[in-house]
Amino acid sequence: MTVGLYGTHGGRYVPETLVPALDELAAGWCDARVDPSFDAELEKLRVAYGGRPTPLTRVERFAPGRRLYLKREDLLHTGAHKLNNALGQALLARRLGKRRLVAETGAGQHGVAVATVAARFGLECSVYMGREDMRRQRPNVERIRLLGAEVRPVAFGTETLKEATSEAIRDWIGNVETTHYLIGSCVGPHPYPEIVRELQAVIGHEARAQFLAAEARLPEVVVACVGGGSNAIGLFSAFLEDEDVRLVGVEAAGAASLARGRAGVLHGARSSVLADGDGQILDARSLAAGLDYPGVGPEHAFLRDSGRAEYVIASDADALAAFRRLARSEGIIPALEPAHALARALELDDELVLVCLSGRGDKDLAEVLAS
Amino acid sequence: MKKLAIYLMSGPETPELAEAAVEGGADLVELGFPFSDPLADGPVIRRAAERALARGMRTEACLDCLARVRARVDVPLVPMTYAALLEAYGYEHFAADAQAAGATSLIVADLPVDERPELRRVHLVAPTSTDERIALAAERTEGWLYLVTVTGTTGARVGLSPSLTDLVERARRLTDVPLYAGFGISTPEQAAAAVELADGVIVGTRALEVAETGASALRRYVRSLRSAIGAEVPA
Repeated sequence: MTVGLYGTHGGRYVPETLVPALDELAAGWCDARVDPSFDAELEKLRVAYGGRPTPLTRVERFAPGRRLYLKREDLLHTGAHKLNNALGQALLARRLGKRRLVAETGAGQHGVAVATVAARFGLECSVYMGREDMRRQRPNVERIRLLGAEVRPVAFGTETLKEATSEAIRDWIGNVETTHYLIGSCVGPHPYPEIVRELQAVIGHEARAQFLAAEARLPEVVVACVGGGSNAIGLFSAFLEDEDVRLVGVEAAGAASLARGRAGVLHGARSSVLADGDGQILDARSLAAGLDYPGVGPEHAFLRDSGRAEYVIASDADALAAFRRLARSEGIIPALEPAHALARALELDDELVLVCLSGRGDKDLAEVLAS
Repeated sequence: MKKLAIYLMSGPETPELAEAAVEGGADLVELGFPFSDPLADGPVIRRAAERALARGMRTEACLDCLARVRARVDVPLVPMTYAALLEAYGYEHFAADAQAAGATSLIVADLPVDERPELRRVHLVAPTSTDERIALAAERTEGWLYLVTVTGTTGARVGLSPSLTDLVERARRLTDVPLYAGFGISTPEQAAAAVELADGVIVGTRALEVAETGASALRRYVRSLRSAIGAEVPA
């Protein structure tokens, strides 16, 4: 029977070697979710190690005359929302008795988060990263190494996140008995999209309560950038039942898997992908390494098809302008990825807006100064 | 008689290469339909896929290649590909057109037995597969079962994987279908050792490398495998 479906998306399109490991992971995840000690340990780590809850910040100078709030995942330990997922999956890996973590990274934020939890839990760690991303996200390569993890360069194809993900999966196929694949977004074969969504749901859970406390009502629109879509699904998950709240995902113009993609199979799941008519995956192109990916989580494809969420695009230039505007007007340097969400959020007519500031921009300074 | 399957990537030279492989003693030819992101493949087959795509070997061209191979050889031909191609072409449509072009069955490397059960194909089992999954794959497979001998991707290895013994023993208890061992088998010695356990061997990575040096080299290489697995070598 096909498992892990979101409408017609999702599933498990993987070599047989991985299926038993995915079954084991799904069973371990079910056990963990009903084990109060798992929840308690994760909550303690989130607070005492991660720095949760992250604040909600109103940005009046960035968006004058409107009530626009940022959910400050940039203030989480390691500087991006990726730690939420890495902490939870590291606990899961330990429950499953795995001694090694393998991961892919694009912008390097997920690689840093995985290297961080590997150090914290005393696990071996290998991070695959495309050579092009190693060039443009140099500080994160150095951080990963400083944390004691190994960075394995991927030097074929586009040399970005797509190939890094393929190589991480191939590594897992060869080491599946000892290694946990700590996927960084709500993509991949079942149960990964569900695990990542649930571990990132803390963003939406906190933000919804904080927004209610600040405004005594819900936002009219909730906005997040979408590469694979983990910060967006984490934020959206708290508002899915609030039918009056619009959900807007913002993709990079050159990597718009939802806005311009078609149904296809990539990295273990059926979703909306950038592909040609033969199903061959096309190259994505974005200044933001974390959005530079031709696929997207299957739940986003489902939310698009069902009409519950809408997906729009922002160009590199739009993102750069929003990046500079937030820095100058608020003293907050965003990562280039959420700068895409900021760019579209600025143009909305709605008054009450919630945007996920999924990470900070220190990693992007060289790239921004050069462009 | 033990069976020998040879994997070749679709391309303009493939009909000639397939003919050479059959002359060398191949009983079955697997024909790679390249995909841009082949998760089950190591570097040699991945690079061969990249080159084939760069030369325009898309689905239609691969089906055409299959038909041209069919015109030159009589052995079973089995396209091996990834779900993305079938998703784009239509699963049933792909199966029908492949059959019309001369395919005997089909292998989809990233379509485990529980996905798309209605699509008839050769199923793969791995050292990590549970007995339940081996039994299900054997029940649904078309003709024979593909035993992945290693926990890993395609590509040459030193020695024969120690996992094969256990996998064959488990599969024999669960099914009577023929068992062909593949992944990591590249030398005549490995092939000989594998057929002491299994009913056939599949050689991919090394065959592709040899095929790059031409049809006669491939014929000699296949003949060396054929001799090693203890059956009559064609004249």
